[in-house]
Amino acid sequence: MKPAPFDYAKPSTLEEAFDLLEAHGEDARVVAGGQSLLATLNMRLSAPSILVDISGLEALRGISAGSNVLRIGALTTHTELIASEEAARAAPLLRKAAVHIAHPAIRNRGTFGGSLAHADPAAEYPACVVALDATLEISGRDGSRRVAAAEFFHGLYETDLKPGELLAAVEVPVLQDGFRSGFGEFARRAGDFAMSALAAHGRFDGDEVHDLRLVYAGVDIRPVRANRAEAVLAGKAITRELVAEARSRLAEDLNPTDDLQAGGATKLLLSGVLLERVLSDMAGAR
Amino acid sequence: MTDKSPLTLEDLPNSYIGRTIPRPNIRRLAEGRGTFTDDLTLPRMAHVAFLRSPYAHAEIKSIDTAQAETSPGVIRIVAGEEMSRYCTPWVGVLTHLKGLKSAPQFALAVGRVRWQGEPVVAVVAQSRAQAEDAVALVEVDYEPLPPVVDMETALAPETPVLHPELGDNLAFERVVEAGDVDAAFAEADAVAEEVLHFGRHTGVTLEPRVLVGDYNAGAGKLTVYMSTQSPHMMKNIFATHTGIDEDDVRVISKDVGGSFGIKIHTYPDDMATVALSVMLKRPVKFVADRLESFVSDIHARDHRVKAKIAVKDGKITAIEMDDLTGIGPYSVYPRTSAVECNQVLNLVGGPYDFANYRAVGRVVLQNKNIMCQYRAVGHPVAFGVTEALVDSAARAAGMDPAALRRNSVIPDDSYPYTAASGIKFEALSHQESLEKILKLMDYEGLRADQAKLRQEGVYRGIGLAAMIEVTNPSPMFYGVGGAHISARDGVTIRLDPTGGVTCATGVTEQGQGTEAVIAQIAASAIGVPIEKVRVVTGDTETTPYGGGTWASRGAGIAGEAALQAGRALRANILEVAGAMLQAEPDRLDIRNAAVVDADTGSERMTLADLGKTVYFRGNELPDGVSPELVATRHYSPRQFPFAFTNGVQACWLEVDPDTGFVKLLDFWVVEDCGTVINPQLVDEQIRGGVVQGIGAALYEHCIYDEDGNMRNATMADYLVPMAAEMPDITIEHVETPTGESVLGAKGVGEAGTAGAPAAVFNAINDAIGALGGKITAIPATPELILKALGKV
Repeated sequence: MKPAPFDYAKPSTLEEAFDLLEAHGEDARVVAGGQSLLATLNMRLSAPSILVDISGLEALRGISAGSNVLRIGALTTHTELIASEEAARAAPLLRKAAVHIAHPAIRNRGTFGGSLAHADPAAEYPACVVALDATLEISGRDGSRRVAAAEFFHGLYETDLKPGELLAAVEVPVLQDGFRSGFGEFARRAGDFAMSALAAHGRFDGDEVHDLRLVYAGVDIRPVRANRAEAVLAGKAITRELVAEARSRLAEDLNPTDDLQAGGATKLLLSGVLLERVLSDMAGAR
Repeated sequence: MTDKSPLTLEDLPNSYIGRTIPRPNIRRLAEGRGTFTDDLTLPRMAHVAFLRSPYAHAEIKSIDTAQAETSPGVIRIVAGEEMSRYCTPWVGVLTHLKGLKSAPQFALAVGRVRWQGEPVVAVVAQSRAQAEDAVALVEVDYEPLPPVVDMETALAPETPVLHPELGDNLAFERVVEAGDVDAAFAEADAVAEEVLHFGRHTGVTLEPRVLVGDYNAGAGKLTVYMSTQSPHMMKNIFATHTGIDEDDVRVISKDVGGSFGIKIHTYPDDMATVALSVMLKRPVKFVADRLESFVSDIHARDHRVKAKIAVKDGKITAIEMDDLTGIGPYSVYPRTSAVECNQVLNLVGGPYDFANYRAVGRVVLQNKNIMCQYRAVGHPVAFGVTEALVDSAARAAGMDPAALRRNSVIPDDSYPYTAASGIKFEALSHQESLEKILKLMDYEGLRADQAKLRQEGVYRGIGLAAMIEVTNPSPMFYGVGGAHISARDGVTIRLDPTGGVTCATGVTEQGQGTEAVIAQIAASAIGVPIEKVRVVTGDTETTPYGGGTWASRGAGIAGEAALQAGRALRANILEVAGAMLQAEPDRLDIRNAAVVDADTGSERMTLADLGKTVYFRGNELPDGVSPELVATRHYSPRQFPFAFTNGVQACWLEVDPDTGFVKLLDFWVVEDCGTVINPQLVDEQIRGGVVQGIGAALYEHCIYDEDGNMRNATMADYLVPMAAEMPDITIEHVETPTGESVLGAKGVGEAGTAGAPAAVFNAINDAIGALGGKITAIPATPELILKALGKV
């Protein structure tokens, strides 16, 4: 379990980082917390010639909340995000999800931006940023660009990031009156990858739910919105019967494939249970 | 607790038996100051990495190492043919397992590979990383062959034969027939049948397998530093297969980070490492990494059992069963891979009083990783089958499962007792243990809670599992079949002129506390504070010859040797003291490291003063006194092949019928391992074992695809039990000492693992039975439970 030889560089400015990424092209890999990358290196599933360690880039750090937007630097660790009261007020979904991520030792090192850029289909944050309609800020040699979360995740470990670019920060709309979030996950053991996870976000007007986003992780090659289930619920009062109807549409929204922990049918069933339980929690959370 | 111990006669100031004493090595280990084999760096030490077969079954057409030879740091690259000149092959059979057959196994595959993970090429380099770099450059041309994966079809005529010279894939078959089984079933009031599957899993030691072979050509001596349970056995094996005189081989086991039966076998990569050291005349280190551990450490279980049970007049009267197990391509050397099946046949029905038993066991070869003995060999299968049958029989007979057990366990007043399978019990306490656990868990109260909660849609279950455990094995286990595995173990105890006591023993410390137990017994037997005692283990050159640690034998066998050696040394000391003090030795005693008047307790001479006189001023001793301040005693059980223990375990859990997820709520154990030497160590052994058994019941599974590839060979995908999901485990004891030794201790290392899977399995079925569900396999994954409920 020794990685193939690689060089290591730790830039202290974005410019230096871009220079390194430009010079080494596809032979370079960006490392932040290293919680996914180092395991793949040790298993020799990946053998980059150089690791560009971005953990020294101050521009990618910090959490700040404005009146409309919560900005989370890409290097924010899971532990920092869980501990942040600002983040908990502005985007409570993130803390609800982050406590499902692995174990404390991993949460101390793994980063918010790293999880998004890695785009593991069973990871919690990608589903959350889609549910929250967040915007991802991407830095490149020629400046930054902004991408809606829903457009960022292309496929299995594939994102909108182009060679030489870095995910700098994520902007999440601050929770407005009436909005509520819910999160649920099934994993074989606490901290394991999700068999299915649901990030839900919507506005409640009395019993009625509006602008609902139901985003699943662990059931496809990227986060999936349950559009048909959302449509059943849109603008209506949450009742047991209505949720059951929404659940019955999930088979059209989701097409989970078999993996080592469960077959697709089981994952679909678990996704349906999540829908019922998460919506029940949200409807009851007045 | 010590009231029943025969040691109460010397239960004076230094009696540590029956007391929780912190392990002498715990602070060193907790502070990170242990020395594990991988911590060892020797001058000129090289590192080996192995290219392993990516195929379950293939011909090796050619091996090209040209490019790898030029890789930086490479010292030597060796494949099977060349290796076979330095390390002869071995065959894992024993004569008392009649008919057992296996084929010669080589350190590196010759001609054909037979499991995914089998070592094919060894690359020795200056560093492990360089060795791995070069491994990636070795080119092997394989011609894949059809793999034999499914044990159910391994014996079918159209299935390829793994070793053509063996004729077929049947490694071992055994039949047991006792009483009149057919008549018992014909007369039964109720009959239940089950087909049960026990998933293949493995040991997952925290410290992986690791060894350093160090051949010193100048001295003609081979030293092997190795994380092992059995140094003397490995010494014999290394000598036998490298051709070095056994007396010139030394095996040293430093701290061991868990073993569970994984580190007691002959592994081809270990053998290759030692042979490479001989070949290169320099130290060579091999550390199995986590990925290769999964496909090279022995696996265990993987049984399919068809069984049925008969009940008449509310009592079990007969069991019939057919066990099939697939062991991979070779029977493992030297203990063989027939032992697990053999144990299953011996142990099924073990806690119960019935006379009619028919069992067939078949062990087949297949293209999966090798399988062999792992903690509680065969026991989880045997009690998984037995206890599932008992619960099914109770349902069929309309009885409460506790009541059927109460009616059927072997009565406490009926010993010695010979079971239908032929195994012999000296003295057990099933009735007392069962009553104790039912009270401990408040069985009736739980049943009431269960019924009430069911009205609210909450599905909880109670699982009971009675069990026995094979401990303190006699020579009948291995030695009788021709294996050079010692059933005897010895302890040498020495008093130094400092008053300090050093014990050397052939049993080994794996992290379970052997050294603490030996120190407690020696200190008690001599009469010294435990702080004065040092224990040396794990070195074939400095410890008495012995078998090491397996089959829960450390406390029962080496513990008795320590007691006898301590008593002998005490007698020697008192003889010298009597001569020096002009007193009758039997009027003297040793307390707190001083010779005292037995009657008054007044101190006459410290042991340090006695030692100083003996060693430095022997001229002061009276004529004719020949002090021997060293004593050695050995012990091996002889009256019974094994000292069986017994116990009952119980699980209380909740199943979420919507998701199939299981939440463990509570777990209880009542265990009778004879004399308890250190209650904390005993209880933690049981808890650790229960957790490992819960792993088998709910999580651990080596998942193979139809091509014979293990699909989940990483710690992310192979699920071990973890703290967050574990219940509290409450333990109580009954103590029935074995009369074969003075100490009376039996083993306890495997009891938890033996019974826990059955308790969890039965609890799940007790919970989902109300919904018409029933599982028939472990691990019981959420999906398995959902399928049992007809939800997917």
